[in-house]
Amino acid sequence: MTDDAAKAAWDADSARPEPQPAADVPLLRIDAVVKKFGAFRAVDRLSLDIRAGEFFALLGPSGCGKTTLLRMLAGFETPDQGRILLDGKDIAQVLPHQRPVNMMFQNYALFPHLNVRDNIAFGLKRAGMPRPQHDTRVAEMVALVKLEGLEKRKPDQLSGGQKQRVALARSLARRPQVLLLDEPLAALDKKLRESTQLELMELQRRLGLTFIIVTHDQEEAMTVAGRIGVMDAGRLEQVATPRELYEAPGSRWVAEFVGDVNLFEGQVEQRENSRLAIATRDAGTVFVAEPRQPVTKASVCVAIRPEKVKLSRRGPASDAVNARAINRLDGVVTDVGYLGGLTTYKVKLDSGAVLRSSMANTARLDLDAYSPGQRVVAWFTPDDCVVLEQ
Amino acid sequence: MMARGSNKLSPFNITALALGFSFLYLPIVILVIYSFNASRLVTVWGGWSLRWYVEFFNDRAMLDAAWMSFRVAASSATLATLLGTLAAVALSRGANFRGRALFSGMLYAPLVMPEVITGLSLLLLFVALDAERGFWTVTIAHTTLTLCFVAVVVQSRLGALDPTLEEAAMDLGCDPLRAFLAATLPLILPSIAAGWMLAFTLSLDDLVIASFTTGPGSSTLPIRIYSEVRLGVKPEINAICTLIIGAIAVVIVGASLAAKLSDARGESAAPL
Repeated sequence: MTDDAAKAAWDADSARPEPQPAADVPLLRIDAVVKKFGAFRAVDRLSLDIRAGEFFALLGPSGCGKTTLLRMLAGFETPDQGRILLDGKDIAQVLPHQRPVNMMFQNYALFPHLNVRDNIAFGLKRAGMPRPQHDTRVAEMVALVKLEGLEKRKPDQLSGGQKQRVALARSLARRPQVLLLDEPLAALDKKLRESTQLELMELQRRLGLTFIIVTHDQEEAMTVAGRIGVMDAGRLEQVATPRELYEAPGSRWVAEFVGDVNLFEGQVEQRENSRLAIATRDAGTVFVAEPRQPVTKASVCVAIRPEKVKLSRRGPASDAVNARAINRLDGVVTDVGYLGGLTTYKVKLDSGAVLRSSMANTARLDLDAYSPGQRVVAWFTPDDCVVLEQ
Repeated sequence: MMARGSNKLSPFNITALALGFSFLYLPIVILVIYSFNASRLVTVWGGWSLRWYVEFFNDRAMLDAAWMSFRVAASSATLATLLGTLAAVALSRGANFRGRALFSGMLYAPLVMPEVITGLSLLLLFVALDAERGFWTVTIAHTTLTLCFVAVVVQSRLGALDPTLEEAAMDLGCDPLRAFLAATLPLILPSIAAGWMLAFTLSLDDLVIASFTTGPGSSTLPIRIYSEVRLGVKPEINAICTLIIGAIAVVIVGASLAAKLSDARGESAAPL
């Protein structure tokens, strides 16, 4: 290729319109993809649409297949069945170097023999970008991740956070249509991780790119992503916004995986005034708001998040609250965990079951604190409960 | 590096080291000193002289043998490095194919095979093929001997490398071959160089396999020296041996420097 031709090709590439957030055509469509390792199905008939400009998180325990899915998007693994459509074209069999997709690796995979500058420029050289533009782009990337002055350093002369930035700059330099991030912040300490999460979000908004992040850290997924796909055993359990995932989990597994939860198994006893009465073994009759999707099975599970369970010495006094036929359970505080911002309690109910509650420490003086051995009333409203079919 | 803070050796350690090293190097030191002997008799000291070095450089047959050895060492080391590196890459980077452990084991087996067996089997092969024995047969024989040493050195370096580096290179636009050349080769180059030098010295030293596989008129230096010694040791042999020791010392130091460079580049050490 001559220089001019290369330049033209690159310009055409750069001038590629920002992915249009078309209403019903997703940028990336994963269609019934299966990946087997021997007899083990790492990814099992998984389908998922990802829109342009979205920050999407794949969340799941280790071994759930999320990394395998990401590696199929990057091209390092080939699906055994199914299609992966990017912009309408099937890329399932396309080799990694021919995909407009870049990946940021968990261990960063920086080239140890190249300095920061050459690491970032690596992909641009392969794309045949002409020198002046190439230099501009590298400088732009260095500025983007705030690494000015470190261009001549080798990777082993950088801190963990700086390496992470070089890896990010290198994977963004080619302006991929989709950026894949494999546990990008796992190696950073907590404070740095939190500030980097915010920077990642800011970067994604500014560049308008589509980011897909794989993580096992639910707080990270909830912080950065607009939508989260929760995976287990090679399948998507639920795809939802962070709030939906937490407040309206689709299954018992999701409710238990995302955050803490109290679960009571029981039978639907009666249905009245858009409210279900559920007879549970551990918590007596629990009133819950009727879910939008009608409950079809008799055997269900009631889920209540700990922070929705309030404790008081005598139970709620106000008539207004009483009128809502709230659920009340008597018990004894057995454990108190002070975490700074909140305090967690374990309450042993009279039925013998243990209920968890957490309360924000909104006042500096501990007027509201309970101590182990104290009798309390735990209560929660029907709206705070979620009914899950078994 | 000392485990404890002190940089001083205890008297016991000094004695132990002195004994150990004199055991190793005293014979060589004596040989080097006697190479500068003016006397015609090997065991009688007759003052300092360079006459045996001059003698060697006028000894046509000896020089031919040395040149032959050098050519065999250089070409067999090059062949062994090429094949050994390919084997190491295939064994450590190829997919987990069936029989991989068997192949690894078979690659290492010649390391512990008695040279007499290697030499004899190669001789039988060359006779069966009716190959004219000489430079090429010795070169091929030495390649089979040294290939596994190269493979071991390169494979240990590859094993310590992060395999995601090549994936990163592919992700950034390299096809698999270019990814290897751009991301892996620069990092294993020092151990490839170390492997070449190791193969070179092994070939230069070898007497047993060479004497099995060489033909009339193409003696390597060790063969030549050995046959001269059988007729009685001339002080000239001492001079030649001193030169060989010098050459090998240079190559070994080069190889360890290359390995050190390799460590400095990669994150983890490559055991040589």
